Amino acid sequence: MRDLPIVRIENVHKSFGSVEVLKGISFAVQPQEVVVLIGPSGTGKSTLLQCINLLTRPTQGKIWLEDQEITAPGADVDKVRQRIGMVFQEFNLFNHLTALGNVMVGLTKVQSLKPAEARKKALWELERVGLSAHADKYPAQLSGGQKQRVGIARALGMDPHVMLFDEPTSALDPELTGEVLAVMQKLAREGMTMIVVSHEMGFAREVANRIIFMEDGDIVEQGPPQQLFTQPQQERTRRFLRRLTDFASSE
Amino acid sequence: MIDFLPTAIPALLNGTGVTLQYTLLALLMGAIIGLPLALVRVYGRQRLGRIADVYGNFFRGTPLMIQLFMVYYGLPQLGVTFPQSIAALLTLGLNSSAYQAEYFRGALQSIGSGQMTAARAIGMSQWKAIRYIILPQALRLVLPTWSNEAVSMIKYTAVIFLIAVPDLMGQAKIIASRFFAPIETYLLVAGFYLILVFVATQLLRAVERKYQLPGLV
Amino acid sequence: MVPLDKIIFLFEYLLQGLGVTIGATLIALALGFALGTSTAVIRVYGNRFASTLAAAYSTIVRAVPVVVIIFILFLVIARFIDLSPFLSGALELGFARGAYQSEIFRGALLSVPPGQMKAARAIGLSRLKAIRFIIMPQALRLAIPAWSNEATLVLKDSTLVYVIGVPEILRQAQYVSARTLQPFLAYGAAAAIYLVITFLVTRVLHMVERRNRLML
Repeated sequence: MRDLPIVRIENVHKSFGSVEVLKGISFAVQPQEVVVLIGPSGTGKSTLLQCINLLTRPTQGKIWLEDQEITAPGADVDKVRQRIGMVFQEFNLFNHLTALGNVMVGLTKVQSLKPAEARKKALWELERVGLSAHADKYPAQLSGGQKQRVGIARALGMDPHVMLFDEPTSALDPELTGEVLAVMQKLAREGMTMIVVSHEMGFAREVANRIIFMEDGDIVEQGPPQQLFTQPQQERTRRFLRRLTDFASSE
Repeated sequence: MIDFLPTAIPALLNGTGVTLQYTLLALLMGAIIGLPLALVRVYGRQRLGRIADVYGNFFRGTPLMIQLFMVYYGLPQLGVTFPQSIAALLTLGLNSSAYQAEYFRGALQSIGSGQMTAARAIGMSQWKAIRYIILPQALRLVLPTWSNEAVSMIKYTAVIFLIAVPDLMGQAKIIASRFFAPIETYLLVAGFYLILVFVATQLLRAVERKYQLPGLV
Repeated sequence: MVPLDKIIFLFEYLLQGLGVTIGATLIALALGFALGTSTAVIRVYGNRFASTLAAAYSTIVRAVPVVVIIFILFLVIARFIDLSPFLSGALELGFARGAYQSEIFRGALLSVPPGQMKAARAIGLSRLKAIRFIIMPQALRLAIPAWSNEATLVLKDSTLVYVIGVPEILRQAQYVSARTLQPFLAYGAAAAIYLVITFLVTRVLHMVERRNRLML
């Protein structure tokens, strides 16, 4: 196992106007590690994820992808993004392309693969998420869970070194989240480095190597799920976890 | 009077050919200028957008006829003289480009920002994202409105006869005075336009159906 | 620079033309409104025969350039009545654009939720009264944005009456251009006047729209 972290974030701040959403975040993610970010809504978790692939530029701080400082002024951001896969809450599938087309477009237009090669690879990725039978369907013809799995296949198609998941199941009906979480678990087992923002505590407990609890733009506490969920060190962590279980038990 | 129809119809058909030429060329010019204009408005720098605004406001805020007279009669005062055909085409084309820019802009803006985000996330540059993800969707979205403009263009050309272009109206004027039968002539002309518009509408509807995709309303 | 007396001459004539333009526009809008609303009601609520006639009016008139409609009607009217070109032209413009207004109001009528008519009949209103007191008021409010657009289109199309000799802005500009030998100035000023007027009209109609917006 290499000792170079896949993603290293150093003192990242992000403000939108006068509102500071990220207040100096630092952490590193090791190869094959699965990190799950939890915390109340609106505490900057999604913003942090979008900083990692520079869809949002940090106001301050540095980010490294393996050995490259991607926040440096001359960095080729488009190229950097090919090594990072992102899965969105709202799927964002390309509506004018079939499932196969969605996975292929990055391969042909960004990586300049020949159509035949791209097709082969795209089918393989769709197979990986269990959707090869739906390759020729358009997004409008797919269920939410299927759409999200296509989204995962599209990101995987680029052969990323790390996968970012931004609340991947939050927009799904409850009975559809299972299929997506199953794919994510499979990826984790295959050794993919993953940073996931999610409210799915069950998934976090089962699959994560490390949980990071964020609140108000700060990292409050982090640790292995067994430790953080059963013996949280910080009062704020305890309060958040209590709110979750209170809600669950009041149903 | 017996040779009214045998003379009128070929002449009007001739004029129709000219009308169609101007229609198609003006539409083409309008698209070639209008689409880049819309892209600049939506993706370009603010300052360029403001210039595009002025351009649009002029061509959409004044009547086509006044624009035509300005180009054909007014510009020579500034040293720029065009023959009738060029003046007519230029006016129709620039006018259409302003409207088409609005329609393209509307279509581009109605595409959710998530599409661009996802395209950038897989490493596409902004230009590639526009070309392979945004435009294919925007052009399909704009098709009904654009078809409307295309069919309307047939009618907009009806004023260029005022600067002596021999289109359908231009021929009509000649025929009407030659046979002292203005009402009959213009009724025929109305009939010609009706057929043109009907055929064009059907054609464009077929095109719309061909490019329809499930879920892409 | 251009001598001051020429500029005064220019504006004197152009503003007269503006008066004619606005007058013709208002008459045309009024006629168009009457035709548009009545044919729309007939198309949506009328019997098959009347509805087809109304639809034919809208479809045929919209397929022909407004200038052709103006020519035909002008010549026909002139055979029977002695109307000034101004009035004749304004009415013809109204007839032509009324077909477009018919489409607008038809769309608006169809957007009123069907439950409205059901509820109106349920409290005992006759069909006609339901249309008049329940459906139409809502349809008119729904139609405001599209109708505002139509109003500016009629304003711009009003120059078409130039072809039958009406002294609207363009005709006046042409006269001024010939007298001052400054065609760009003359037509440019005419264009500028239109810009100002369309801007004002759009603004006013926006305010009206905002105040009368119907939330469904």
